[in-house]
Amino acid sequence: MTRRITDAAHLERLRTELQAARDPERKAVAVCAGTGCVAYGSRKLTAAFREAVAARKLDVEVRATGCHGFCERGPLVVVFPAHIFYQRVQPKDVDEILDRTVAKGEVLERLLYVDPSTGQKHVHEEEVPFYAHQHRLILGFNGRIDPESLDDYVANGGYRALARTLTSMLPEQVIEAVTKAGLRGRGGAGFPTGRKWALCRQALGNPKYVVCNADEGDPGAFMDRSVLEGNPHGVVEGMILGAYAVGAREGYVYVRNEYPLAVERLSLAVTAARDAGLLGSNILGRDFSFDIHITRGAGAFVCGEETALLASIEGNPGQPRFRPPYPAQSGLWGKPTVINNVETWVNVPLILDRGVDWYAGIGTAGSKGTKIFSLVGKVNNTGLVEVPMGATLRHIVYGIGGGIQGGRAFKAVQTGGPSGGCLPAEQLDLQIDFESLTAAGSMMGSGGMIVMDDRTCMVDVARYFIDFLIEESCGKCVPCREGLTQMGHLLHAITEGRATDDTLAELEALAPVVQDASLCALGQTAPNPVLSTIKYFRDEYLAHIRDHRCPAGVCKALITYSINDKCTGCMVCARQCPEHAITGERKKLHVIDTAKCTRCGICQSVCKFDAVDVR
Amino acid sequence: MNATAEPTCDLTRMDPILARYPAERRSLVMVLQDVQKTYQYLPRPALERVAEALGVPRSHVFHLATFYKAFSLKPRGRHICTVCMGTACHVRGALRLVEHVERRAGLKAGETTPDLELTLETVNCVGACALGPVVIVDGEYVGSATTTKVDKALKGIVKGAVEEQEA
Repeated sequence: MTRRITDAAHLERLRTELQAARDPERKAVAVCAGTGCVAYGSRKLTAAFREAVAARKLDVEVRATGCHGFCERGPLVVVFPAHIFYQRVQPKDVDEILDRTVAKGEVLERLLYVDPSTGQKHVHEEEVPFYAHQHRLILGFNGRIDPESLDDYVANGGYRALARTLTSMLPEQVIEAVTKAGLRGRGGAGFPTGRKWALCRQALGNPKYVVCNADEGDPGAFMDRSVLEGNPHGVVEGMILGAYAVGAREGYVYVRNEYPLAVERLSLAVTAARDAGLLGSNILGRDFSFDIHITRGAGAFVCGEETALLASIEGNPGQPRFRPPYPAQSGLWGKPTVINNVETWVNVPLILDRGVDWYAGIGTAGSKGTKIFSLVGKVNNTGLVEVPMGATLRHIVYGIGGGIQGGRAFKAVQTGGPSGGCLPAEQLDLQIDFESLTAAGSMMGSGGMIVMDDRTCMVDVARYFIDFLIEESCGKCVPCREGLTQMGHLLHAITEGRATDDTLAELEALAPVVQDASLCALGQTAPNPVLSTIKYFRDEYLAHIRDHRCPAGVCKALITYSINDKCTGCMVCARQCPEHAITGERKKLHVIDTAKCTRCGICQSVCKFDAVDVR
Repeated sequence: MNATAEPTCDLTRMDPILARYPAERRSLVMVLQDVQKTYQYLPRPALERVAEALGVPRSHVFHLATFYKAFSLKPRGRHICTVCMGTACHVRGALRLVEHVERRAGLKAGETTPDLELTLETVNCVGACALGPVVIVDGEYVGSATTTKVDKALKGIVKGAVEEQEA
């Protein structure tokens, strides 16, 4: 679409034309082009479909869509109009899909998803338990639209909220709607979005800015990446609406450089919106102008903190500063600035399009709408899941996630990234919202949900996060910089078998100092992974300290590998062992020389017979 | 600094980068990113040129270049192997993969081989958590990575990566 949209009526005419031109019965193949599927080869697959369709001169549309979320089973393909859902599709399957499914509507059994718990095959996406138990308000767009096409977004109702808002609502009414809908910040802390906007609107100072925090730094979380890659116009529309509400003329998106595809799709979306007159001067012919700049981050976790992020946009090192004043009063270049996370922005058009009452009807009393979680780790179905606030952990891990890999025991789920904590099996029935997670010693964070089984060591997890935070502390305040370093020493002592009961006491004494005396949320929440694991898994700490034993078989200084009698003598482990520590003849039981063994675990990972034990 | 001499720096390649952004402090991070993309690292003469062109002190440019993890003041290899150390990858054994590449290529994470062939890096999270553990070799993602899959991806870059296995 290159023409400039002159006003709201023009946009509606265009939408009607676009929708009329679309035949719902049109044959189409949609291939997921999210990062997960791309890693599994979906670009080659899309190219193979395009070539085959061109070679046969078929009237079949081949569409590359945003992330469908079920990354574990990629590359994913949906065949329209029948909505037949195939997984793990390879280029060699292309001919058969075109010949049988597209041409004759036949279903290829071998490409269907099989539910591992029931053995049942599912033909349609919505029947697969992974999707059936979700409420995909936001992620639903990803599979429907081509993220590189403004037409596609418009045909699916895009920019309708903007047109309606600009023609019928005052900025104050927009803020009131967002407040009444109960939208809270999805970046982690859950601050009421409407209140933040009202503060900025009332603040003195000109110009004002809106900023999108797309510096998704929490390891284990990738929902913002998926939204930017799959529905970039949704974020752009949200920001335009926010700018109108607070009175800003300029906006910035601060996006991680580790997300090249997100940067590319967002840049395309901004350019397309600008060419269509949805960004720039006199948007939709109204007395309102706004434009968006894209700034790329440079790999500093602390830049997810809002004041550090603003410093980074200004061209300074990303170091946080004291609040108040809050960015809504004094932010970018000292001017009033609203800064919201990607998922928060993409909720805004939904609220204004479908109504405050509809939105406020989803979720719990204090937390409205849905939340996207990245369900990863040792769970069967990994990927992105969207559920209403208030869903239980059990619903997510078992209903959607299909339980633990290999039928092993559930041990914990880690939420909230390095600021969060680990919740044990007793908390599986916890209804998740901002308050309940904090009360349980974790937090919502950006929505990472890492599932752990009995082979995950909770002390090692705590050590992992503290090491991460030592590296990422910006170094500005001593309690964070030095306190975390000391906590790291103590945790290493425990995982390496050098600790005493006093070590644990010292950890528990130091943690509150770091929490209380650090300037920003990075330091204030840094001890959470340690405190929550001590709270729920104290026995595991004590096993390391008193018995010099790592029950999960992870901490290298405390474990020994051995080969049991399931060994068939296939020699794979002996060949792969980098230290040549495994001896044995073909078809005879192998033996590990524990003096040579460096406990790298490669033997266990390559053994197909479950013959390598760790104690 | 590596034992290898620093490659010479062709400063004419700086001109298109500097032309792309307004000559202001706020362009600094983006300019440095493009410089790194062009030279694979941040050569000292290029940083001095940036300071001059954007009108900011050299000390400020070096502050940024050392603060942000994405930047390297040392020459990097022609091939980059990145191992994701995010939580999902960690619990699925990312450390094992780092150690494996370290052994195979004879370097430590963060280092470059003396022949400037390979740099091994670790990153906090690449956001491909559902595929963990993830290793990226020259931009190509290896999902659900194993030592065997990583060896295949490094074939031709690290000598002996595949040959030893097939022997």
